[in-house]
Amino acid sequence: MSDATARRREGRARFWREYRTQRSGMYGVAILVVAVLAALVTPLVTDPSGLDVTRATGEKMAPPSLGFPLGTDESGRSILLMVLWGSRVSLLIGFLSALLSMVIGTVVGIVAGHFRGWPSAVLMRITDWFLVLPSLVLALVLAAILGGGTSTIVLAIGVTSWAGTARLIRAQTLTVEARPYVERSRVLGAGHWHVMTRHVLPNVAPLVLANTTLTVATAIVTESTLAFLGADAGQASWGSMLRGSYDWGAVTSGAWWYVLPPGLCIVAVVLAFTLCGRALEVVLNPRLRGVS
Amino acid sequence: MLRYALTKLGGALLSIGMVVVATFFLFRLIPGDPAIAYTRDVPLSPDQLALLRRQMGLDRPLPEQFLDFVLRSLRGDLGTSYEYRRPVAELIGERLGPTLLLVGTGLAVAVTLGLWQGARAAWNHGGRLDRFSTGLSLTLWSVPTFWLGLLLLMVFAAGVGPVPGIFPTRGMEDVDAPDGPLYLLHVAHHLVLPCLTLVAVVYAQYLVVMRSSLLDEIGQDYVTTARAKGLRDAEVRRRHAVPNALLPTVTLVFLHIGLVVQGAVTTETVYSWPGLGLLFYEAIKGPDFAVMQGTFMVLCVAVIVMNTLADVLYHVLDPRVRSA
Repeated sequence: MSDATARRREGRARFWREYRTQRSGMYGVAILVVAVLAALVTPLVTDPSGLDVTRATGEKMAPPSLGFPLGTDESGRSILLMVLWGSRVSLLIGFLSALLSMVIGTVVGIVAGHFRGWPSAVLMRITDWFLVLPSLVLALVLAAILGGGTSTIVLAIGVTSWAGTARLIRAQTLTVEARPYVERSRVLGAGHWHVMTRHVLPNVAPLVLANTTLTVATAIVTESTLAFLGADAGQASWGSMLRGSYDWGAVTSGAWWYVLPPGLCIVAVVLAFTLCGRALEVVLNPRLRGVS
Repeated sequence: MLRYALTKLGGALLSIGMVVVATFFLFRLIPGDPAIAYTRDVPLSPDQLALLRRQMGLDRPLPEQFLDFVLRSLRGDLGTSYEYRRPVAELIGERLGPTLLLVGTGLAVAVTLGLWQGARAAWNHGGRLDRFSTGLSLTLWSVPTFWLGLLLLMVFAAGVGPVPGIFPTRGMEDVDAPDGPLYLLHVAHHLVLPCLTLVAVVYAQYLVVMRSSLLDEIGQDYVTTARAKGLRDAEVRRRHAVPNALLPTVTLVFLHIGLVVQGAVTTETVYSWPGLGLLFYEAIKGPDFAVMQGTFMVLCVAVIVMNTLADVLYHVLDPRVRSA
């Protein structure tokens, strides 16, 4: 057992060594560390009462000043404070919905790849259906029908974004199951459950990891788009801030301090996740190496 | 060939059937009384409500309601909007034109630009244009469509500082729109910013696809042969490599139509462009469930149809797939 632990530790060390050679991937990690730290530290160092419209202290729609480094919104709240607290909502929803999407995608992918015949055909039919449908439209309908709330948004994004993962995992499952040691395991009497969890899952896990990183990126964009289109989680996220800036005419009156910060945050975080995901793919998939 | 097309057609019909089934059950999840949910804000007496329930078929068993829903959808009857007090199908028909104009123009520009730049980038891969294109497509991928729309709106429609805005902020036409040929110019003026936003969403996709598919071709023997014949570099690219790389790209243009639809919903919302996307957004905001249900079905069916077309087209265009 300790043998396996040592091997695993060595594998992780090798992985990190290779990952470090990916420059853009390291930029991504750096941005993410900053973003996550900011989201975690915010409740410790700032006072959420500034988010309350009735207790806002600033002037309305004021440009950046010493007291309000990023200016204020339509009711005099600090944009900086809102961006900081918004990061918690945006990141949380991004992570949770990517997690949900990954779980559904992985389970469907492995099951569709493991069982041949009609179960696989039915599952792939459903997957293709989800793949083709405009997921944002479906997510909007789901959010509108189920009503607001963080869990609804997570559900709406997760349920509509797993199809790509499922296809990828199914293809990988097929190649893993064709390997001789899986056949050996089957001959020795391993059941479906054993093969799927002990052989297939560990082998597709790296792919799942890379894919999830990319899914978080799209989930954060989707969350902000849903919030902008009116399906928000009831808490201020970057997307709902932009909704506010649009509703209150910040765009047409030139209140750039209301429009730029939340958007730039979204772009930075999404770009960071995308860079990390691409770097992971390169490290984990030797075929991609050397090809840009 | 015919058999392939028929299989694809069958698949598409199945998918459309699944959309109808999903729509029916999804919109039964609405909490509370559907009759009240659908007529939100319209005061009704108990008698009217009872009549409405009977009209909507809510007093009948579920299977019967389902059958009724399917038959009516097949006839193109998508119900009535109580917000607009008009049939949903009529509303959708009205909004179809502006959406087709926006999406059509946007796609044409995005495809031309994306394929051209993608081919250039791949041909000189590692070069300046290539690195620029890769960076640009990565950035555009990370930028939410609606935010890009807001930025364009802020810079080009509202104006920055002393620079005045040069494009209208909203809609497809103003109340004082001129008549005759000038009207076209008037609409085109309104079209610029929404179109630009939509192009930015999808153009990066085409660029990336064209680039990678041309990169696949560059190493092929026939390209070397063409060079060995003494053809000029530009001619090798234009007459030999690009036509082959176009095959997978053309179908991907169709396959990404779902993305275009999503882009249209957000773009139309930002610019108040009076198309299907704005209708859908207004229905979500209402909420006007009848319109939401109708537009949802129409958008989904449109995407499925385009995808099926792409599949069949690929088969027609590429003999290699046919023999496989």
